[in-house]
Amino acid sequence: MDAGRIAPQRERRARLFLLALLAALALVLLAAYLARPEGVLVRAAMPEQGGWLPAELKARVGEPLRLRLISEDVTHGFAVGRHDAPAVDVNPGEYREITLLFDQPGKYVYYCTRWCGLNHWRMRGTIEVVSAGQPGSDGQAAPAEPPLYLQLGIDIDAPHPAAVVPEGRPRAELTAGRISGLPEHYRSREYYLSHSPSQAWQALRQEPAAQALSDEQLWSLVAGLWQAQTRVERLEFARQQYNQNCAACHGAQGAGDGVAARQMADGAGSGPVMGMQGHGLQKPSSFADPGAMLGASPALLAGKIVRGGMGTGMPYWGPIFDDDQVMALVEYLYTFQFDYSLEVKDE
Amino acid sequence: MKGVAEFDLAMRSADARRGWRARRFDLAALPWLRPFIESRWPLFVTRSLALAGLVFTILAGLLGPRVGSHNFAIILVWIAWWTALKLVFIPLGGRSWCSVCPLPMPGEWLQQGNLLGGLQKPHGLGLRWPKKLRGAWLQSGAFLLIGLFSAVTLTDGRVTAWVLLALILASVGLSLVFERRAFCRYVCPIGGFTGPYARFAPVEVRVKSSSVCAAHSEKTCYQACPWGQYPLAMRDSAQCGLCMECLRACPSDNIALSLRPFGSDLGAAHQPRGLDEAFLALVMLGSALAFSAVFTGPWGWLKSAAYQVGSLPWLGYSAGFLALNLLLLPGLFAAAAWLHRRLSGSPAQLGKIFAQQAQALYPLGLFTWMAFTVSFAFPKFYLVAEMLADPLGLGWELPGLAALDFGWLQQVGPGLQAAILLAGLAISLRLARQLAQASVTNRSPVLAALPVSLFCVVYTGWVLWMLVG
Repeated sequence: MDAGRIAPQRERRARLFLLALLAALALVLLAAYLARPEGVLVRAAMPEQGGWLPAELKARVGEPLRLRLISEDVTHGFAVGRHDAPAVDVNPGEYREITLLFDQPGKYVYYCTRWCGLNHWRMRGTIEVVSAGQPGSDGQAAPAEPPLYLQLGIDIDAPHPAAVVPEGRPRAELTAGRISGLPEHYRSREYYLSHSPSQAWQALRQEPAAQALSDEQLWSLVAGLWQAQTRVERLEFARQQYNQNCAACHGAQGAGDGVAARQMADGAGSGPVMGMQGHGLQKPSSFADPGAMLGASPALLAGKIVRGGMGTGMPYWGPIFDDDQVMALVEYLYTFQFDYSLEVKDE
Repeated sequence: MKGVAEFDLAMRSADARRGWRARRFDLAALPWLRPFIESRWPLFVTRSLALAGLVFTILAGLLGPRVGSHNFAIILVWIAWWTALKLVFIPLGGRSWCSVCPLPMPGEWLQQGNLLGGLQKPHGLGLRWPKKLRGAWLQSGAFLLIGLFSAVTLTDGRVTAWVLLALILASVGLSLVFERRAFCRYVCPIGGFTGPYARFAPVEVRVKSSSVCAAHSEKTCYQACPWGQYPLAMRDSAQCGLCMECLRACPSDNIALSLRPFGSDLGAAHQPRGLDEAFLALVMLGSALAFSAVFTGPWGWLKSAAYQVGSLPWLGYSAGFLALNLLLLPGLFAAAAWLHRRLSGSPAQLGKIFAQQAQALYPLGLFTWMAFTVSFAFPKFYLVAEMLADPLGLGWELPGLAALDFGWLQQVGPGLQAAILLAGLAISLRLARQLAQASVTNRSPVLAALPVSLFCVVYTGWVLWMLVG
């Protein structure tokens, strides 16, 4: 091999070329870095794969929080509890930008709104919003009142069988005119919140004004009382929220037979589910069962929603829905028992 | 030199045997092309650009979206590059990819101590590759490993990036410890692909006249070859990286870069073949089958089993994959080889016949991989357009690219796959008869070719059913 083939000049040129190439590559990368979109990157993955990453965000009151959302597996949804920003879909591999603005300090919960898997409801993260200019404050809002079920001392884990159940489906429209004849306290919000329909039926049975009514007519009266506590817009809002957040387990018709329920173990739910050892997952409640549903007061149902069914797989919705939204959901749940004469559009 | 004289003799007799197949067209003799082949610059520039692309790809794989269909690395490597490799580089150029591959570049530069000077004073330990590790065994192993983790590697940009990084590191490490391109020859799984199938490709580097070489005692071509090949002794193109260093080193202009008929290296029944090559050929058949089943088959459970690395279903998939590659296909082919021995009356040992007859599997394997590529990559080509329109994932829409329509690719897909598979089968069947003809003593070559032919037909039927349905 002749050493004369080494050509220092050519070698120098080759090195220069390589250096130039590396510099060009670095420039491209730098440009990409500088041109990167603003915002905090939040990756969404099925809870078994890590859920939201990061799951803790910080923001300041009055300062926009820009998020770039991307899913790493299936379609997820993003929404913030107790906040009016509309939910957005987060599709696999596609960046979705969203800007949030908070006017109250506090700890907000963001959660997945698309049924992404059995542990979908575990997919939550928190945004800690502090008051602007107060970096040291933990930004907690004034402590809320304890929920109604605690104030009333209701044990929401205890069985709540209805003492009486109707023969058929009570229809509120048959009560026209009768409600106004009842004593005032039956019509109060307080009475409604703290009594189950079957308790109301039993109390009404003792009322002289209702002596002439058949059992069925009395049930219609109860349905009418319950209907009087809600409005069409509230039921419509609750129906949307129910379909989005509850129907996957409890079923669109409230029968506890949602698609996710089929994947859950029977009975006590101790078995493994989809290869995962579920955290005490069990079959969701049926709102179509009068024996349980008519024995539950609105306060009790609201408590279950707010606190979640510890150990049953029922998520807790306290940080996501405010008290009024929870109550609207409770009002909607009774439509699985009563026929209201309100105009409620059904899908 | 006695050895050279023997090679010379072997070459002459081989040339005589080949007869009409010795037709060649020397590209290096074209005056306008010659400077591009002689100069190191074109390959250096191409490989440097490829290296820059590789670095970018690794970064994109690590930092980009984890969803495969939106990750630059996944789309570039497993759709664009894969398709180019299977449908263009290998069938038309053999190891032509190896001539522009950026993976071994850093290692090679360190080894030779320069960028453009070629292999003069090697740095590093320069050890010879251990004898026990020679042959295609390691590559078969690497291939099987890839098969076990394919579902994750092909869908997760991070894993792809780490695999690429690992390959670069392995090549750097090996080129500092061992001489020449040990990584490319014995370890690289891509080489496990390109090498064997290069025997089919219509390109070869060979000496023009063996007597010129016989008179030349310095073997400058061998000294210069990064692949450790001695052009005069090359029995086939499996280990030739088409880097053209031999042509640059030859003082007598005795090296030709020729176009040749397809399959020129195959069918010579009297050349010794190793069991390792036969095994690699079978592993590649098995892998093609497994890849087709996992990636294009209708079985969701198989996909998820292959994807859940480390889980119980994955262990099941792995066991099935290994059984297919290590037991079923070798077993079936051994049976075919045994029958062939009975029917041909050949006195050779079964192992030799096994290795010999496995040559017929190369066209079958290559064409199956091509058909798999058509069914795997064609429907996803729109992703390549998307990627080109927005290479950095910044939401760009470079004009004209996103609108490219690859719908027609899907239209031609199934017909094309069937045509490719049947073409591969036809070539393999012809080869099987050719091999049988050479090994029978006084019996019918048609009968003797039957077992291997049947193996090929059954395999093709299996793949046809899976890919085309």
